[in-house]
Amino acid sequence: MKTAQNTAQAESQTATNGATMTPAETASPQVTEMHPIKMTARKVDVFYGTKQALFGVDLEIRDNAVTALIGPSGCGKSTFLRCLNRMNDVIDNCRVEGEIRLGDTNIYGANIDPVLLRARVGMVFQKPNPFPKSIYENIAYGPRIHGMAERRAEMDEIVETSLRKAALWDEVKDRLQEPGTGLSGGQQQRLCIARAIAVNPEVILMDEPCSALDPIATARVEELIDELRENYTIVIVTHSMQQAARVSQRTAFFHLGNLVEEDETDQIFTNPRDKRTQDYITGRFG
Amino acid sequence: MLTTLFICLVAVAAAGYFFGQRKARGLAASQNTRLHSLPGYHGAYVAFWVGLPSLVLVLFWLLFQDAVVEGLVVSAIPSEITQGMSGNRIDLLVSEIKSVAAGRIFVEPQPYVLEAAAHYNILNNTAEKAMLVVVLALAVLGLGYARRNLSADFRARQKVGLTMDGLMILCSVIAIVTTLGIIASLLFEAIRFFEKVPVGEFFFGLSWEPQIAIRADQVAGTGAFGAVPVFTGTLLIAAIAMAVAIPIGLFSAIYLTEYAGDRFRSVIKPVLEMLAGVPTVVYGFFAVLTVAPALREAGAAIGLDVAPNSALAAGAVMGIMIIPFISSLSDDAITAVPRAMRDGSYAMGATKAETIIRVLLPAALPGIVGGILLAVSRAIGETMIVVMAAGLIAKLTANPLDAVTTVTVQIVTLLIGDTEFDNPKTLAAFALGLVLFVATLLLNIVALRVVQKYRERYE
Repeated sequence: MKTAQNTAQAESQTATNGATMTPAETASPQVTEMHPIKMTARKVDVFYGTKQALFGVDLEIRDNAVTALIGPSGCGKSTFLRCLNRMNDVIDNCRVEGEIRLGDTNIYGANIDPVLLRARVGMVFQKPNPFPKSIYENIAYGPRIHGMAERRAEMDEIVETSLRKAALWDEVKDRLQEPGTGLSGGQQQRLCIARAIAVNPEVILMDEPCSALDPIATARVEELIDELRENYTIVIVTHSMQQAARVSQRTAFFHLGNLVEEDETDQIFTNPRDKRTQDYITGRFG
Repeated sequence: MLTTLFICLVAVAAAGYFFGQRKARGLAASQNTRLHSLPGYHGAYVAFWVGLPSLVLVLFWLLFQDAVVEGLVVSAIPSEITQGMSGNRIDLLVSEIKSVAAGRIFVEPQPYVLEAAAHYNILNNTAEKAMLVVVLALAVLGLGYARRNLSADFRARQKVGLTMDGLMILCSVIAIVTTLGIIASLLFEAIRFFEKVPVGEFFFGLSWEPQIAIRADQVAGTGAFGAVPVFTGTLLIAAIAMAVAIPIGLFSAIYLTEYAGDRFRSVIKPVLEMLAGVPTVVYGFFAVLTVAPALREAGAAIGLDVAPNSALAAGAVMGIMIIPFISSLSDDAITAVPRAMRDGSYAMGATKAETIIRVLLPAALPGIVGGILLAVSRAIGETMIVVMAAGLIAKLTANPLDAVTTVTVQIVTLLIGDTEFDNPKTLAAFALGLVLFVATLLLNIVALRVVQKYRERYE
């Protein structure tokens, strides 16, 4: 376990030219400014019944970058995240207004099937939630409902690739038929990430993916997030500002349902423009 | 007499509570210390000492009073009369004396019977008075003893707790002992049955005609005790019932948990559960007066010969009765699947139906299976509907339009009318009862195991 982790760390370090720097430092501000915009939110309001939870949020999410949403509890960051793949639709009496675009399409448009949208915008939850099925079936679930594999061999390949991308293959390749619920917490969370990857999403949403994990498992998941950035757009909600600083290139600070400030992560943490952001990141409230 | 005794006992116990409480308060005040236990505990301690020993004494007294009085009466009868009488004759004589003593005189009794009856009455009267006196004396003694024990640091709180523990253990022991008693009574009679009819014939014989003559002048069956047709009949009706109840119960559970709005659910769920509260005899009416004729007419219309008391009618109505078991247990099982599972599935781009079929039902399956097993055990033990709507003749058939009989129906018919407890006809009822008991017990054990296992998974 320990050696596997060390090797993985070593690999990621070679990938960043052997320098011992945190992922946040690997992407310079200029680079993310040049990244194309993947998703755009315009004047997004969210209501739970009569209570308004989000007020006119405007946010651009850049491709092949990690965007962290931070802010105190109840500030609406998870609500916003769940707007991005219309998971709020399954909550009774939740209403979303405004416009959110994925590429060129408005995902709240009349002709959009939320079910197909969720295959393009995957999600990983706070608590690992593998299905009570085998490891193999957990990964095969999405490809199977979307008809992505005709033959058994194709499915085997999807499962292996997804587990490899989630850095879980070596740990579970000999026990693919054992229940996914039997894995450790960190492994379960990586299984959930592999499950999300298996349907080839463009964007992966992560709702506090490490809050139920111990520090070592957290480090592995963070490392994984940094690797996944190459191929996916990632939006992560986190309560830990260190985590936001470590894994993200861009950070958005939410407060009381408003988007206060959004910028390069370095910028937010070293030189915030808004007083509230400064108070939050220096621990004055939260 | 007993009523007076109990009223007196309650009064003494109440007095004991009062005295105990007052003494405790007095102790606290006079010694100016804190009591270890609240005064109420002291009162309860005294009341227990008043009530419990006397109650136990009353119980034993009532158990043995009759035997003692009878013995005294019999020994008082002149010995030349009782000499040479067999035990049965003496029993007869005692019951004659008792009915004379109670004033039920059918023929002019012998003078010694009259005398013995008078003696019996006097003895009983004395015994009852003696009981009143002795028990009340014991109660007062208990009060005095307990009251003397009280002191400021007396641990009445613990004593009362221990007594309550004892009472609770006693209550659960009563339930267990009753179950054991039922098993024992079934077992003994069943063993007597198997002394007369070979086990192999009962479990593998294909012919069931148990209505043999008990009196010489009765026209009756040949006395075949092969229970296979009875078992298959039970299974056929239970299978029909499950075929009705499982889809309806399961689908309504899925609808109620996953699709129905809160308001609709809050109306429909109690209505559905009301089905379980309908007396089974009413289901019996429904089966025999409405469903069976309707099936017969429908069958006639398409050229099928449906028996008037077809297995289908009884089974279908039984299935309706069982729907709430399956629906409410499945409902619980589906609701217990964590929200995270649904979210996980939706986030993969699954529709609601895919989520239900591929995630919720597999996850809830153990709970659903447990519910179904409990429902099966209920179906094979159900009596009233089949007594009214199913047949009496044991026929070995798998045709649901035919009339079949069930274990419960046979038990009822075997115990109606003439019974004789050294005759295989009557004893067969106990053998059937034992089979039924073992089958439902096993089903219940398996079902509870399954349900427990599924509970562990999410908690």
